[in-house]
Amino acid sequence: MVSQSTDIHMAEEPAAIAEKPMGSRAWRAFWHHPLGLAGVIGLVLIILFCFVGPLIYHASAYTTNITALMQPPSARFPLGTDDLGRNYLARLMLGGQVSLIVGFSVAIASMVIGVAYGLVSGLVGGVVDAIMMRIIDVLLTIPTLFVLLFLDAVFQPNALLLTGILAITSWFGVTRLVRSEVLSIKERDYVEASRAFGASNWHIMLRELLPNVMGTVMVATIFQVAGSIIAIATLSFLGLGLPAPQPNWGEMLSTSMNYMFQNAWWLIYPPGIALLWTLLSINFISEALQNAIDSRL
Amino acid sequence: MFVYIIRRIIQSIPALIGIAVFSFILLHIVPGGPAQTLLGQHSTPQRIAAINRSLGLNKPLAVQFWIWFDNLLHGNFGYSYTFNQPVLQVIGEYLPHTLAIVLIAVVLSHLIAIVLGTIQGYFRNRWFDHVITTVVFFFWSMPVFWLAIMVVLIFSIYLGWFPSGGINFSNGGPGGFIGYLDHAALPVLVLVLATVATWARFMRSSMIDSMLQDYIRTARSKGLSELSVVFKHALRNSLLPIITLFGLSIPTLFAGALVIELVFNYPGMGLLFWNAALQRDYPILLGIIMIIGLLTVAGNLLADVLYSLVDPRISYK
Repeated sequence: MVSQSTDIHMAEEPAAIAEKPMGSRAWRAFWHHPLGLAGVIGLVLIILFCFVGPLIYHASAYTTNITALMQPPSARFPLGTDDLGRNYLARLMLGGQVSLIVGFSVAIASMVIGVAYGLVSGLVGGVVDAIMMRIIDVLLTIPTLFVLLFLDAVFQPNALLLTGILAITSWFGVTRLVRSEVLSIKERDYVEASRAFGASNWHIMLRELLPNVMGTVMVATIFQVAGSIIAIATLSFLGLGLPAPQPNWGEMLSTSMNYMFQNAWWLIYPPGIALLWTLLSINFISEALQNAIDSRL
Repeated sequence: MFVYIIRRIIQSIPALIGIAVFSFILLHIVPGGPAQTLLGQHSTPQRIAAINRSLGLNKPLAVQFWIWFDNLLHGNFGYSYTFNQPVLQVIGEYLPHTLAIVLIAVVLSHLIAIVLGTIQGYFRNRWFDHVITTVVFFFWSMPVFWLAIMVVLIFSIYLGWFPSGGINFSNGGPGGFIGYLDHAALPVLVLVLATVATWARFMRSSMIDSMLQDYIRTARSKGLSELSVVFKHALRNSLLPIITLFGLSIPTLFAGALVIELVFNYPGMGLLFWNAALQRDYPILLGIIMIIGLLTVAGNLLADVLYSLVDPRISYK
């Protein structure tokens, strides 16, 4: 059962092997979970659609066509055209790119902040921990969506700034998770042993604590990807997201709402279904991941 | 118990001050400051300086904070640029509409979630559980605004059962209380669909936990009926975590209401916030952020207190 790489460390960290959070067993459990496989396939398909699709389907998402406004799907326009006569399929493909890139970037950035904060707070403990956690308590009571809208109205951000704002406002939850795990892990024998060997706080944080909170962190990261994609779409839907003309699914849905009473179904369903498809895939993955990590206990 | 409540109130004071400091910082990162916004295209350096002097913005930051905070403590949230009314008065007009849909939705979705979660937890991994889990997962993944669009399409445009927005009674339809309910029906439905998933998932796992406890085995071996075991023993204990979840879900509820009010053009806090954001009416924006922060702190406090009242195993000294 023990893989090649863990064999090498056996001599120095015997306890760490039994505790490896995302060991081969958890991975196997993940792939055997029906939702895990479905989620990964779904996510790969949508990534291919958004990033490889435009390379195969050569049509401009920006060219307006006055002779073909609001066309239902046809051979020329597989998903019809929008109110400015732009090719809707091409826009749908490009629209996912921003959501996916920003979604994953925000998740990774906020995890880095959240994990670092949680590790320090949990390991140092005492007054520092108490103060750091009270700060988190305050930050958690702040209504994020409202603050995002406020900042958006003030700054009119580009994709990079939006990623930054979302990352800064979304790491509080994971910090709490990491800290509470650290509190229990740091009392274990192997951390004690490591300390007895004269290991520095840095060594303990990076080599003993971090690997053992990775399972929790991965589940939280996947959750955050979904949360960020929803946040971007919601902001764009509210008309305060990313600037035109770069399409994104939230903005497309927001426009399509103006034509709801004209029964422009081809404008409403595709971005909604694409968004839901992405979110379902991600949630499937997080569900399977959670199960896999639980089953190791 | 009384001492505990007092202590919890005192403990939440730092959080309140924290929210006030945070809002103050937000107000001061606005480029150009309120003077620029007030004057718009009529701004000249002299006029900006005059307004800054009259608003006290030329004073040191700490002094400004104290004046602002002092006003806040006296219930003065500032003055809206666009409404020409005190912020609190404007919010007072819009808040009840939001509270109406949020409260109705919370009650309904709790009832539905408790019923669904209890049955699911009891018949764990049977067909009913699988079907509901799938449906719940589906709704759980849906962004609120997409849900709102679908509800408008189905119930307003295709079926024509309910109005698609506003609370304006002039275009036919019943007036008065019935008319109000008529217009609130779809916003409430969306909020219920958006929140019931989380609570049902939570209730299900809480119920599964309870059913594995020793006291359930004891109750069964005493020969109690299954109904009595489920409702009197398992359900009551499973409800405890829901109380905490409710306190924590207040920000989510208001965020959901924000989006929903916008789709339905429903004149609540969310719509007010959005219009204020478009018109850069910062006092209104900060007032709403503060009020929701206050409600969140109050919700957490209430959840803690309720929890200790309901669960006899928890004693606070």
